[in-house]
Amino acid sequence: MASKTQFSAGRALIYAFLLIMALLYLTPLYVMIATSFKDIEEIRSGNLLALPQDPTLYAWIKAWSSACTGSECEGLAPFFMNSVKIVVPAVLLSTIIGALNGYVLAKWRFRGSEVLFGMLLFGCFIPFQVVLLPMARLLAELGLANTVTGLVLVHVVYGLAFTTLFFRNFYVSVPTELVKAAQLDGAGFFAIFRHIFLPVSLPIFVVTIIWQFTQIWNDFLFGVVYSGPGTQPITVALNNLVNTSVGGKEYNVDMAAAVIAALPTLLVYIFAGKYFVRGLTAGAVKG
Amino acid sequence: MLKRTLAVCVAAASMAAATAQAANVEVLHWWTSGGEAKSVAYLKEKLAEANVGWEDFAVAGGGGESAMTVLKSRAASGNPPTAAQIKGPSIQEWGDLGFLADIDSVAKANNWDALLPGVVSDVMKFDGKYVAAPVNVHRVNWLWANPAVFEKAGATIPTTWDDFIVQAKKIQDAGFIALAHGGQAWQDATVFEAVVLGVGGPEYYQKAFVELDADALNSATTEEVFRVFGELRQFVDSNAAGRDWNIATSMVINGEAAMQIMGDWAKGEFTVAGKTPGVDYACVAAPGTSGAFTFNVDSFAFFSQGDADAQVAQQEMAKQILGEDFQKVFNLNKGSIPARLGMARDEFDSCAHASMDAFVASAETGGLVPSFAHGMAVSEAVSGAIYDTATNFFNSDQSAADAKSQLIASIQSAM
Amino acid sequence: MSVSKASKPLTLETLLPKIVLAPTTVAMLVCMYGFMLWTGALSFTKSRMLPQWEFVGWDQYARLFSNPRWDVALNNLLIFGVLFIAISLLIGLVLAIFLDQKIRGEGAIRTIYLYPMAVSFVVTGTAWKWILNPGLGLEKLMIDLGFENFEFRWLVEPDMAIYTIVIAAVWQSSGFVMAMFLAGLRGVDDSLIKAAQIDGASPFRAYWHVILPILRPVFFSAIVILSHIAIKSFDLVQALTGGGPGYSSDLPANFMYTFAFNRAQMGLGGASAMVMLMGVLAILVPYLYSELRGQRNGQ
Repeated sequence: MASKTQFSAGRALIYAFLLIMALLYLTPLYVMIATSFKDIEEIRSGNLLALPQDPTLYAWIKAWSSACTGSECEGLAPFFMNSVKIVVPAVLLSTIIGALNGYVLAKWRFRGSEVLFGMLLFGCFIPFQVVLLPMARLLAELGLANTVTGLVLVHVVYGLAFTTLFFRNFYVSVPTELVKAAQLDGAGFFAIFRHIFLPVSLPIFVVTIIWQFTQIWNDFLFGVVYSGPGTQPITVALNNLVNTSVGGKEYNVDMAAAVIAALPTLLVYIFAGKYFVRGLTAGAVKG
Repeated sequence: MLKRTLAVCVAAASMAAATAQAANVEVLHWWTSGGEAKSVAYLKEKLAEANVGWEDFAVAGGGGESAMTVLKSRAASGNPPTAAQIKGPSIQEWGDLGFLADIDSVAKANNWDALLPGVVSDVMKFDGKYVAAPVNVHRVNWLWANPAVFEKAGATIPTTWDDFIVQAKKIQDAGFIALAHGGQAWQDATVFEAVVLGVGGPEYYQKAFVELDADALNSATTEEVFRVFGELRQFVDSNAAGRDWNIATSMVINGEAAMQIMGDWAKGEFTVAGKTPGVDYACVAAPGTSGAFTFNVDSFAFFSQGDADAQVAQQEMAKQILGEDFQKVFNLNKGSIPARLGMARDEFDSCAHASMDAFVASAETGGLVPSFAHGMAVSEAVSGAIYDTATNFFNSDQSAADAKSQLIASIQSAM
Repeated sequence: MSVSKASKPLTLETLLPKIVLAPTTVAMLVCMYGFMLWTGALSFTKSRMLPQWEFVGWDQYARLFSNPRWDVALNNLLIFGVLFIAISLLIGLVLAIFLDQKIRGEGAIRTIYLYPMAVSFVVTGTAWKWILNPGLGLEKLMIDLGFENFEFRWLVEPDMAIYTIVIAAVWQSSGFVMAMFLAGLRGVDDSLIKAAQIDGASPFRAYWHVILPILRPVFFSAIVILSHIAIKSFDLVQALTGGGPGYSSDLPANFMYTFAFNRAQMGLGGASAMVMLMGVLAILVPYLYSELRGQRNGQ
């Protein structure tokens, strides 16, 4: 971009800036991981950024299999599957419904559909604390109190605003002529979706799934209120492990537990990150 | 009486046996750390012996905040757990809303009225019937000191607040931290409470902070209390904000700081660190409060269950909680004293003995007061208002007069 | 442009779009607006521990506005909201522009900026609480390195604590903003920039006058998403400062939660929630309206 004579200096500055920022962004993760490999004495006496002098897996093993999360002391392992059982259906459902919604709002507009969309966007600003009680009543009425199904339903409902936003913005850029042509050929609503929209939707599916997966996997509030004993997600277990009110804090165990809880989402971003950007490029939020 | 008890027990046992793993108790609590978790697990074991299953429903965090949120939504949606860790006036509030189960039959069968001091059993009853079972009695107005630090600084452990300020200055000048403290609202409130009791005395404490009498609150004493509390700001190190209470305790343990004002659960930290009371550390009443005992009683409240099996399981749990075994194990682990009177003292250490003696003595002299910093004296709304005022005052340079006005206004607004 | 509306017989075909949107509409009306109305009604009652439908007029609102802690929370939301959104936009945009310059290792660097989004606010708050702690973290590190007079005590100073929340929140979300802008930039034709340069504009001016206006929809989406995060910020405050020191870093969502659930003052909590929503309404609705309208007409 800069003229040829400034090539090196300008680009060197850009690289420098990018690298410094990268280091800053990595610091918290580094601190967490380094701490999880240290033993307690080293943590108390040493400093935050020092590398572990005698790395040990103690904290990791304890966090996974024997830390106390209540009267049970089995670490985070049992809760991992609970989270999976909640996240997978919730992500799939909210994505599929969002896709259909986006399709309608992009190409099948009717009077009031834009208002509906605006209302949906605004509705997602409601602070979740506000809905805790009425939602609990509603779930009880539906016979879904304290079940995994109920929790999945809650996540789906509150994820719809974003999934719809992503798909709508993406589908807006699909040429309407294609739709018209298909209609002339006699294709109906669902047929057009299946044959024209779905095939090009991979990037946006990736974006939406990654976003929803992150939001739902990391959720604590709904998880703690709407789950029951035996179905609590990993975030609740992590909170129980870390927020002990008495006893020595084992920072290394806390950090190991936090990294374990964050691992699935971290891995998703590390490996699927480029598809995420590609999906965004393809128009998830272009408008 | 005995025959009827026997009949009830046999009936209960046969019901439980007949339906194998009859009913479970679902218990909401926030005791998730090593020592506490073990105590809860012990209760679980005892219940298993009586063929009652335990569904653990633990939600950690700040003395039960998250747990209470979950409880409220469960209650609002019509399926509360069997039992929950609720204490103090909250028990009355839940009773008012009609949620609590009557466990008077168990109480009568096991003679709870005789086993519990009046102050405690009053809290456990709603409308004259027992609805909750107390687990322990904590004394909150303790001062934990490291004698070695005092020696090095040439200071003595203070017995009044005026003396505290003098001694603290000496300690600070010698290069130590005078008061180990964690800058969290409840800790600020705990120290504030000790100042209220030490400066104003038990009668003032009762009138102003339990009965919320307007004249008592709007008095010169209140301003003096704030003045003294304000003096303490300089003795707390600047990194106190957000610090957990047990980290503050460890500062006293390892000689960085001289004193901490904290309830008796702090003793657990000293024990775990292998320290001996009287030798490595001293437990004395907070300055000015030697005849008084600020109590904090943890308890499990029981929620109405429709199912008869569930009721039986619930009653079994109530019975076990006040049983000698559990009371002993739990309190040894936690640093508190049993709620149940007349238990053997030999396994408890000298600080616990001092606590037990003070408990009985202060009940007679009127020095036994509920802790407002720990939810025993006033409703959640009012104690929240007191917290806000105390913590804001401590963390700013607000004047004592302004703090008094804010206290009065916010308590008014919360009532 | 939507499909032809010329003929509109009431066939399944024309009803189908509405049917598809119906479940979402019902969910939205009940679970969002219905609950908002419920909360609004609650704010006019004297509910304490649980909802009690005894109406007391504007009492709760009066109490709310005479509560000094609420003033602090509102003020903080303004400071936090504005700074968080502005700084995230700025950093996200700058990073995106730089990354768009055909950088080697772009994939790796991009992942590094993006990964904080994967981490929950609880974890973020805990990690940053450590780093910003004067006795354990950054300040101690600098002093150990020899900068004896280095001070970074924001976390424990009542006036500055809210800014630490800004730092942690920006760290978490700016990567996502960067990804959005990067995607937007990729969609911009190179030739536009070259044309601007041929006209003699410096890179900066080329960006400012040509590119940024094209990125307007991205700004829109980013602002919507960032405001959403700002208003909902609850976990981060709990984990990083607990609202402290004192209550100096309290935010409305925390205030609402504390008073509704821990102080047995549901009515007051409801009132605070309504005030928050009205505030959001006042700011966002005009923005949403103008942008959506602009998109329908212009793009």
